[in-house]
Amino acid sequence: METSERLPQEHRSLFRERMNLGVWFKSGEPWVWLTATAVGTSIIAVLGLVGIIAVKGLAHFWPADVVTFDYENELGAHTIAGEIKQRVRVPREQFEESSYGQQLDFIGDPRQLMLKSGNRKANAPDFRWIYEHHITRQEKQKDMIVFERLEWGNAYGMMVELQEQGNTVFTTEPWKELKRRVKRVVDLRHQALVIQHRSIDGINFKLEKLRLKQRSRELRGDYETADLDRQRERLNEEYGVRERELNDVNAKLDRDTVIIAVAGGKETEIPLRNIVRVWQPNNMNVFIKFGHYCASIWAFLTENPREANTEGGIFPALFGTVLMVLLMSVLVTPFGVVAALYLREYARQGIVVRLIRIAVNNLAGVPSIVYGVFGLGFFVYLVGGSIDSIFFQAAQPAPTFGTPGLIWASLTLALLTVPVVIVSTEEGLTRIPKSLREGSLALGATKAETLFKVVIPMASPSILTGIILAIARAAGEVAPLMLVGVVKLAPSLPIDANFPFLHLENKFMHLGFHIYDVGFQSPNVDAARPLVFATALLLVIIVIVLNLTAITLRNQLEKRYREALQ
Amino acid sequence: MTESALQPESPNQAPDGVKLAAKLVGSTDTRSPSELPIEDVCLKVTDLALLYDGKPALSEINMLIPRQRVTALIGPSGCGKSTLIRCFNRMNDLIDGVNITGRIELNGLEIHDQEVDVAQLRRQVGMVFQRPNPFPKSVYENVAYGLRIGEKLSKSELDDRVEQSLKRAALWDEVQDRLNDSALGLSGGQQQRLVIARAIAVEPSVLLLDEPASALDPISTLKIEELIAELKSRYTIVIVTHNMQQAARVSDFTAFLYLGELIEYDSTLKMFTNPTESKTEDYVTGRYG
Repeated sequence: METSERLPQEHRSLFRERMNLGVWFKSGEPWVWLTATAVGTSIIAVLGLVGIIAVKGLAHFWPADVVTFDYENELGAHTIAGEIKQRVRVPREQFEESSYGQQLDFIGDPRQLMLKSGNRKANAPDFRWIYEHHITRQEKQKDMIVFERLEWGNAYGMMVELQEQGNTVFTTEPWKELKRRVKRVVDLRHQALVIQHRSIDGINFKLEKLRLKQRSRELRGDYETADLDRQRERLNEEYGVRERELNDVNAKLDRDTVIIAVAGGKETEIPLRNIVRVWQPNNMNVFIKFGHYCASIWAFLTENPREANTEGGIFPALFGTVLMVLLMSVLVTPFGVVAALYLREYARQGIVVRLIRIAVNNLAGVPSIVYGVFGLGFFVYLVGGSIDSIFFQAAQPAPTFGTPGLIWASLTLALLTVPVVIVSTEEGLTRIPKSLREGSLALGATKAETLFKVVIPMASPSILTGIILAIARAAGEVAPLMLVGVVKLAPSLPIDANFPFLHLENKFMHLGFHIYDVGFQSPNVDAARPLVFATALLLVIIVIVLNLTAITLRNQLEKRYREALQ
Repeated sequence: MTESALQPESPNQAPDGVKLAAKLVGSTDTRSPSELPIEDVCLKVTDLALLYDGKPALSEINMLIPRQRVTALIGPSGCGKSTLIRCFNRMNDLIDGVNITGRIELNGLEIHDQEVDVAQLRRQVGMVFQRPNPFPKSVYENVAYGLRIGEKLSKSELDDRVEQSLKRAALWDEVQDRLNDSALGLSGGQQQRLVIARAIAVEPSVLLLDEPASALDPISTLKIEELIAELKSRYTIVIVTHNMQQAARVSDFTAFLYLGELIEYDSTLKMFTNPTESKTEDYVTGRYG
């Protein structure tokens, strides 16, 4: 009897518990949902960010078809050709307000196309907006050619005539002939570049050295210049030879010209020496386009920027970023590790050490621009200025090290990231079991021997973790760099063929600053926008690659020491 | 009390634990350590006291530790056995707040002397810890570690010394094919013998064993005990152990510590059959501890 009375009651209580919100809260399930939501949101945000950058950045390199439009607006009839870059919906009211009383004969908002029409001139933009409902005819002309030019961006048009030194070239296959001649120009330009970089730059470098030598002799009161003059003469002679070579190449470059008819029928002339590449997008199938796409990305990665960074590649920025980060790592690692060793192994653990540790931790939170100001004041002007006045007197008043440069940027970033290296190294040191230190000491090892043979190798995964964090922070840092060494356009790479090969005092380009410069300082916003995304994507990839390298290394080391740390 | 599974019965339950223990005693030495001739004394401890943060951890320790014998230190947890053994190679120097008074003489030389090089002292007084602590290096590098630090040896000399040490530690047959493998891949017992090999590679005169078998299984414990018996012909051995049967089996002399004081120190046979102090008898028969 008793059990049969209790049974339904138990059922009821079970039922109530399920429905009760309070009980649900008590069960902890909402907490699980909350935490999972936070993680999910973060993942979506990261993927979204990388996704948008990747899509917008990579789409830029696809050789889109060139479409020729006839359209008619309030100003009359026009013909224009270009790549469709964007389609946007314009609110009806906005259109009506700005269209001189034109009425729309359809329902809904009008749509606008952004065309990259190229053929830029001094006062005509190379991006145009046209309304879709103004278009009367559109066509993909098979033989439409895109000319990528050294200056003034792309040109779009049909080839009319090829000229060699002003005379028409007769050929049955004009397109192939054009490509052949463009290839010749590219090769010649490369030749000119090699002469410039391998020989002329080197001679200039040596001449400058001679000038400095003479100047430093003068400063010592020694006015003997006979030997220097002889050397200079020899160099000048060589310079003359090289210059003539260069002029020959330049003369050859001027040989060919192509005359094209742009949309609307107007003819214009393009010297072949200004052409980087030509292609016929409307004649390409998907595979050829893909090949072209890969070549474009490769060119982006390996070429120098042109046209105030809005065209061409980003190689110097890529190179500068990687070099600067590597230099920073080389500088920050020994410094941070040694500091952590002192704090953890040698210093007496008391109030002072605790204060220092707090200070170090807080240092990681100082805004980076503050480090930039410090770097400029201390490294560039004080340290660099002193180096100049001691070692580079001959070059004065032009500064050598007393001006922003690669070494100062690396040092400033090393200073910026040293707290993370110290903190993670210290963490690694505390994780090493006492028994291993005692084992080493009991064998007659001194403290230093124990540190170098047992403790530091075992702490190396943590040290690498510190470096990973340092790299992640340093590679993305822009603000301090603007003060201590980064420029919009560096005349040369910090590494070249002239002794000592690595020029630490050179200014350099950086992807982070490049993004800012191209995105916000550029004279041609529409041309620059996709490059901002592409550069940002590259910066993200570089940080990931640098990090993955360090993480792989760390995991290797961790595997080796894992058992000993347990 | 940590007890080896080799132990046939727990002394707590055996009414005649004393006799049982006596059967286990391996040594036939019946002299008291104080009767030893002076040349047989390896370590002489005089009025040793140790304060830890002002609190006494050891007081009035007087001991003569005989050369090439095994001396066991027994006593309940926290009685100062490990602290005492760590005085012999000055490992307590590493701990802040430790203050030592009294004398410890190694072969007639005071080890706290200003002129004593602690690293040299530790090469003469090797130590093996409770838990095997091989370095995360190869078997070979573990044994060579002390040699590389202290001595300039050629590659072949180094090879010889490593082999010799591993043979003395009865490990050579098991590891000769895997000298370049990580020492962390060895079993616990092998690791502990590796650590012993590492300690004897630098040719110490004293070997301190701080509960060397307490983290090991019975078979490995047996091997370690056999090893101790072999090693005593070359080294003076001081062993701390929680396991009374082990103390009885391996040692020639036994010291009983209680609350930082040396209660009784005599030949193992006497300590386990006819101790003078009632505390000792209570402890070895398992009344407490």
